[in-house]
Amino acid sequence: MSYIELATALVFVVIPLALTLVLRLGLERDIVIATVRSITQLLIIGYILTFVFESDSPIFMLLMILLMIGAATQNIIKKGDGIPGITWMIVLTLVTIETLTMGLMLGLGIIPFEPEKVIPISGMVIGNSMVLSLLFLNKFKDEVERSDDVIELILSLGGTPKVAIDRSLKNAIRTSMIPTVEAQKTMGLVQLPGMMSGLIIGGADPMEAVLYQLLILFLILTTASISATLVGYLAYPRLFNEKMQYIGLTYRKGE
Amino acid sequence: MSIIEFKDVSHQDILHHVSGTFREGRITTFVGPSGAGKTTCLKHINGLLSPDTGTILFKGEDIAEMDILELRKKIGMAFQSAPMIQGTVYDNLNLPKAIFDETLDRDRAAELLHHVDLSEALLDHPVKSLSGGERSRVAIARTFVNKPDVLLLDEITASLDYRTVKEIERLIRKLQQSYGVTVIWITHDLDQARRVSDDMWFLKDGELLAYGDASFIDESDDPVVQRFVRGED
Ligand SMILES: Nc1ncnc2c1ncn2[C@@H]1O[C@H](COP(=O)(O)OP(=O)(O)OP(=O)(O)O)[C@@H](O)[C@H]1O
Ligand SMILES: [Mg+2]
Repeated sequence: MSYIELATALVFVVIPLALTLVLRLGLERDIVIATVRSITQLLIIGYILTFVFESDSPIFMLLMILLMIGAATQNIIKKGDGIPGITWMIVLTLVTIETLTMGLMLGLGIIPFEPEKVIPISGMVIGNSMVLSLLFLNKFKDEVERSDDVIELILSLGGTPKVAIDRSLKNAIRTSMIPTVEAQKTMGLVQLPGMMSGLIIGGADPMEAVLYQLLILFLILTTASISATLVGYLAYPRLFNEKMQYIGLTYRKGE
Repeated sequence: MSIIEFKDVSHQDILHHVSGTFREGRITTFVGPSGAGKTTCLKHINGLLSPDTGTILFKGEDIAEMDILELRKKIGMAFQSAPMIQGTVYDNLNLPKAIFDETLDRDRAAELLHHVDLSEALLDHPVKSLSGGERSRVAIARTFVNKPDVLLLDEITASLDYRTVKEIERLIRKLQQSYGVTVIWITHDLDQARRVSDDMWFLKDGELLAYGDASFIDESDDPVVQRFVRGED
């Protein structure tokens, strides 16, 4: 595809724009902003990737991964309220997951050490870990708010914070993993997964695309389980103080 | 002899300079208007909360210096909402053991149910299916698993019908007399307090305005106490 074809493809932006104007949906501003942002962001990424692939230097590769972790963190800062220090806990989780999965993939020779493989797969791992961490946090906060009376009950019986939070923590880990596991069961039946479609459109052999897609699916299982578990075990002590008292979620004033 | 003593206890802007004692083996009720700080005060006794200033003595020892988990094991607490974990009545009676990786004998579980006038047939019932009165009784039975010296009760009869309320009062009396446990009991219901109390603490706006033998509540000259008794607060 060329830039001229991309410009022609803008017809798919014109259609919803026309629709929102005619029906007065009030979305025209957002649609324009979204279009401009996606074009600039993706083109910039495209240029950076081209540069990194051509330079073939591990330093740029590492910078690229750090950049992705930074962007994911930006996303989290907005949403991770209620637990002090949650931002750095998630950053630590992202770094751990990336190191662990890349270490295993490269160490076991599953993928070659090439930026064309390492960077996109890292992007998927980090993105998924971010989404899962936030999903877990939401479930965890719900669980904790719903069962704070049981948490205090167990403390009152002489249980430690770890024991008191055990059920809430494991319920939250379980429920945040369910969508990942469920999604894999129907994979390929209804729609082709995005990455596989992309590879096939780009001209890759369908079987090759399937193998990579499977790798990603397996990776995402590890990512989901480790993200939820790690964030959970890092975060729960913040709900208690050193006197083994329950302090619960703490929201900033005005919320 | 006093088993617990508050010495000038303040907590945030909720409790102010609370000083008073609880007699061993007696039933002391906490009375006072809603928001007076009764629950907050109760949670200080087993260290679920701590004073910002002041000290609390348990058998003469500052609880801040004690192993808090050991202390909590000796103090049973029944919360107003009678919180239950998912599962059966047995699972809930077993909870105080399960958290230390131990198990409660089914025989002893059945015996505990008998103490609170429930049939052992309930052991395998899911707690979800219990009536409000049965749930309160299970919560009370559960506080006895660790054989506590002190029992803290927070509004345990608030949502029950009169007959059940009277039965639970009788039950607590019986348990107190047969085991000699010290009972500290929050209640909204002044008549209940008159029925069950040896001693009373009267709290208002975070201050302990009067405490001692329960008769003070009807004999006090203090206009604040009198207004509360007349139901004007
Ligand atoms: N965690 C908390 N943080 C801040 N304020 C609190 C907290 N818990 C309770 N309070 C406040 O402290 C005051 C006393 O609360 P407490 O629950 O001890 O009263 P109470 O006498 O038990 O009332 P009630 O009879 O309604 O149960 C109330 O004004 C309450 O809003
Ligand atoms: Mg209360």
